[in-house]
Amino acid sequence: MSRQYETVIGLEVHVELATETKIFCGCSTRFGGAPNTHTCPVCTGMPGSLPVLNKKVVEYAIAVGLATGCKITRYCKFDRKNYFYPDNPQNYQISQLYLPICRDGGVEIETPAGKKVIGIHEIHMEEDAGKLIHDEWEDCSLVDYNRSGVPLIEIVSEPDMGSAEEVIAYLDKLRLIIRYLGASDCRLQEGSMRADVNLSVREVGTKAFGTRTEMKNLNSFKAISRAIAGERSRQIELLEAGKPVIQETRRWDDNKEYSYAMRSKEDAKDYRYFPEPDLVPVSISQEWLEEIRARQPELRSEKLVRYKKEYDIPEYDARILTESRSMAELFEEASAICGKPKKVSNWLMGETMRLLKEAEQEPEDISFTAAQLAKLVELADTGAINGPAAKEVFVHMFQEGADPEQYVKDHALGAVRDAGALRETVRQVLEDNPQSVADYRGGKEKALGFLVGQTMKAMKGKADPGLVNQILRELL
Amino acid sequence: MGLMDLTALELGKKIKAGELTAMDAVEAALASIEEKEERLHSFLTVDPKGALEQAKAVQKRIETGELKGPLAGVPVAVKDNLCTRGMLTTCASRILYNFKPPYTAEAVANLQRAGGIVIGKTNMDEFAMGSTTETSAFGITRNPWNLEHVPGGSSGGSCAAVAARECPLSLGSDTGGSIRQPSSYCGVTGLKPTYGTVSRYGLVAYGSSLDQVGPIARDVSDCAALLEAIASYDRKDSTSVQRAEYDFTSALQEDVAGLRIGIPKDYFGEGLDAQVRNAILGAAKLLEKRGAILKEFDLGLVPYAIPAYYIISSAEASSNLARFDGIKYGYRAGEYEGLHSMYKRSRSQGFGAEVKRRIMLGSFVLSSGYYEAYYIKALKVKALIKEAFDRAFDHCDVILAPAAPSTAPKIGASLKDPLKMYLSDIYTVAANLAGLPGLSLPCKLDDKGLPIGLQLLGNCFQEKKIIRAGYTLEQALGGHFPAPKEVLKETGGKCHEQTV
Repeated sequence: MSRQYETVIGLEVHVELATETKIFCGCSTRFGGAPNTHTCPVCTGMPGSLPVLNKKVVEYAIAVGLATGCKITRYCKFDRKNYFYPDNPQNYQISQLYLPICRDGGVEIETPAGKKVIGIHEIHMEEDAGKLIHDEWEDCSLVDYNRSGVPLIEIVSEPDMGSAEEVIAYLDKLRLIIRYLGASDCRLQEGSMRADVNLSVREVGTKAFGTRTEMKNLNSFKAISRAIAGERSRQIELLEAGKPVIQETRRWDDNKEYSYAMRSKEDAKDYRYFPEPDLVPVSISQEWLEEIRARQPELRSEKLVRYKKEYDIPEYDARILTESRSMAELFEEASAICGKPKKVSNWLMGETMRLLKEAEQEPEDISFTAAQLAKLVELADTGAINGPAAKEVFVHMFQEGADPEQYVKDHALGAVRDAGALRETVRQVLEDNPQSVADYRGGKEKALGFLVGQTMKAMKGKADPGLVNQILRELL
Repeated sequence: MGLMDLTALELGKKIKAGELTAMDAVEAALASIEEKEERLHSFLTVDPKGALEQAKAVQKRIETGELKGPLAGVPVAVKDNLCTRGMLTTCASRILYNFKPPYTAEAVANLQRAGGIVIGKTNMDEFAMGSTTETSAFGITRNPWNLEHVPGGSSGGSCAAVAARECPLSLGSDTGGSIRQPSSYCGVTGLKPTYGTVSRYGLVAYGSSLDQVGPIARDVSDCAALLEAIASYDRKDSTSVQRAEYDFTSALQEDVAGLRIGIPKDYFGEGLDAQVRNAILGAAKLLEKRGAILKEFDLGLVPYAIPAYYIISSAEASSNLARFDGIKYGYRAGEYEGLHSMYKRSRSQGFGAEVKRRIMLGSFVLSSGYYEAYYIKALKVKALIKEAFDRAFDHCDVILAPAAPSTAPKIGASLKDPLKMYLSDIYTVAANLAGLPGLSLPCKLDDKGLPIGLQLLGNCFQEKKIIRAGYTLEQALGGHFPAPKEVLKETGGKCHEQTV
C-alpha cells in the first residue's frame, strides 16, 4: 500500500439513565422482570394515552451536559421521529431534533501524543424501545414493552477521533463521568451504554472527509476496536481498488469479525420529524440550573488535584483510586477515619483490585465499608495482627463483609505479643538450629531471617514479626 | 311529556328531590333510544346493563347525600373516541372495531365523579375526520330534523342523540369545529372550551394541538353545567392548564349591557347562505336591543385558516394514527406475508378513504423537502391568526359569527367533493388554531325546517363571557329551542345502513 490513510471517527453514544421510573410514565425501569409487567397505557402506545415528562431525566441530562462542558439549551423541545417497527408501540419515538438539551461541549482524553479534546456536538433526551423476541419454535415474534420508555440520552460527538484507542479513551472518559454523576451504570454488555461508530478514511493531508459508514451492534470495547480495524481496512481496500465507499448503516458481527450492510442512504428513512404536540417545551430556569450545578459531585479531574494536595500518595495511586467514584469515596472515608491514606490506598490498590478482578466485579460492587477497612488498617498497623493474618481477614471482609475485629477474635488471629511465651518458643528454635545460631554469630545476617521464619512457623503464624526479631537479637 | 323532554338540570333536580330515580332516567333514555335508533343511528354502542348498574350506584350515593351535583343521575352519551374502560371504543373505525380500553378518559371519569351516567357511545366521522358523520365505518347517522340530511360532524352522533331527546347530554370533541358545526346542524348547544381546559387524556388523538373535549346539550345552562363537570387540571395531560376557577354556571345571567360584540365582516361575505346570514345578524340585533354594543371589524387572514388547519391537523394525525398497525390491538388483516405486508394490509383494510387521505396528506407535508414549505408555514399562519384574534379582543369581548356557511346538507352530497367539505369548516377552524373557546347555539330554522347555528367566540379562558352572551340570546329567542319531535314521528323510514 503506497498511500497513507487516516481514520476519522465520530460516535453516537446512547446511555440509559438510572431513573426509578420511565421518561414519560410512572412504570419501573428495572432491568428484567416478566415480559410486559412494567407497562401501562402510555408505554404500550394505547389510544388516547399521553406522555408526561420525568423531571429527573432532564436533571440527569443537564448534569451530564455540565460535566462535559456543554451549553445547556434553556428552552428545549421534544420532537417526534416517525418510523414503523413493532418494538416502538406508537410507531414514533419521542426524541429531540431541533432544540436538544445540551450542545457544544467536549471531553479531554489522553493519547500517546498528549492530551486531546473530543468535541461533543449535542446531547439529547429520548425514549428507548421495547424488545422483540423471535420464537423459532412457534414461528412468531413477541414484543416485550418493559424497556419501552426507559429514558436515554444520546451523546453525539464531533468527528474528532482518529483511532480505536482514542475511541476507547473517549468512551472510558464518558463512562467515568456519567458513573460519577450516578446518571447511569454504563454497562455495554447489558446495553445501558451503546455506541454507534461513524467512520470514514481519507488520504493523509486531504482536508475533505471521505464517505462515512455507521456501524451498529457493538457490545464491548473489544468489539468496538475490532469493528474499527475491520471497517478501516474494508474502506481502504475499496478505495485502493478504485471503488467508492457507500454511505450506509452496517451491522457488526463480532463472531465473524465482519460487518454487513443494513441500509444505504438511498433507502434511508425519512423520519418526518415534527415538534411533539403532546408535550410542552421545557424551560430551564436559572434557579433550577444552579440547583443542579450545586448538586454536581466532585469529578475525577478535581479529585486528582485535591489528592495531590491532601494525601501523601503517588499520582499513580491517585489515578487508579479515582477511576471510580465509589472507590474514591471509600478511600476518602477510610483515610478520614484512620488517618493513614497511604495504607488505605495500598489495600485498595492491591488486595481489593485483585479480588475484584478474580470475582469479575466492578468497584461499585464492593460491599465492605470504609469503617471496616479503616479498622483493618489500624489492626495491621499497630501489629495487633500480622501481615498474613491481615490478608486473611481482608478476604473475609471482602467476601462476606466480616467485621475485622470480630473475625480476629473468632479465629484467634491476634498476634502473640506475650513476650514471655514468645521467648520460650525462640529459645526452643535456637536450641533446634545450632548451625544457624553459629552462622549468625559468625556474622551471617541472613541466618536471622531463617530463625524468624522458624519461630513464626512454630507460632503458627500468629506472632508479631517485629517482636520476634527483637527477642531473637536479644537472646543471640 | 316524557322524561327525555326535560333538560339535564331539570332532570337532575327531580332526581335530587326524590321525585324520580337515576334508574327512571336511564330507563327513559334507553326507551327513547330503542324507539329512535332504527331511524337515527346516533349510537354505536348502547350499554343498558352497565348504565342501570351505574344508575343504582349513583342513586345510592345521591340518597346518602354523597352526590350533590346538579347532574347526578343524568344519562350522558359519549363520543366513541373517548376511552371507556371495558366498553368498546372504536372511533367509528374498522381498525378499532374490537377495542376495549383498559382505562377511562379523564373527561368521562370526571363526568362519572359528578354522578353522570354513561349510557352508550355515539357515532362519529372515522377518527373525527369529516364534517357529516358519513365517514363512519359503521353506518351513517341521520339528522333528527330531516332524515334525508346529515347531522354534521364529526360529533354527529352526539348531537343527533341530544337533538332527538335520546338523552339530555353528550360529550363530543372539537378539532376544527366537530362540536360546533353538528350542534348547529342539529339545533343543539355545543361548546368547545379553551385548549387545555378539559383533559385530553383518553381522547383518541386526531390533531393533538387542536383537539378539545366539550359538552353538547339542549341549552346553554345544561352546556355550562356539563362543562363544569368535565373540566379539570390533569397532570396526565401535559397541555392541561390549571385555571383560576372552574365555575361556569355562575355566568348564566341575562345580562349583555355594555358587552362589546365583534362582528367579523369577512365571515359574512361570499359563500354564506343568505338565510343563515340574516338569522345570525337578526340574533345580533336582539343582543344589541338588550344593551350589547355591536362592532363590525375585519378579522383578516380568513382564507388562510383552512389550509393551515388541514396541514397541521393532518400532519399530527399521520403520526397519531401510526400506532394502529394491527400488532397490539384492533384489526389485523387475515392474510399477510411478513411484517410489512401485515402493516400494509391491516392499515389499508382498517382505515377508510377519508382517514387515508389525511394520513397521506399529513405524511407529505412532514416529508423532508416539504416540511418547511408546508408545515412550518402553517405554524406561522397559526401564530398570525392567534395575533389577529388578540387584536380583535382588544376592542371586543366576544365575536359573533355563523357556525357553518349553510344548514345541514343532504346525505351523500358532501363526500363527493372533499375539498368543498373542507371549506365548510371556514368559521370554526380558526378557534382551534388560536385555542379559543367557542359556543354554538341554535337561533332559527331555515325555510326547509333545518336549524341555523350561531357561534360565539371568546378570548382564551373567557368561557364565561360567551356563556353569558349565549344565555342572554337564548332567553331573547324565547327560551328553549324546539324539539324535532314532529319530524321524527312523521318520517317512519328506516335508516339505510352502510356496511363495512
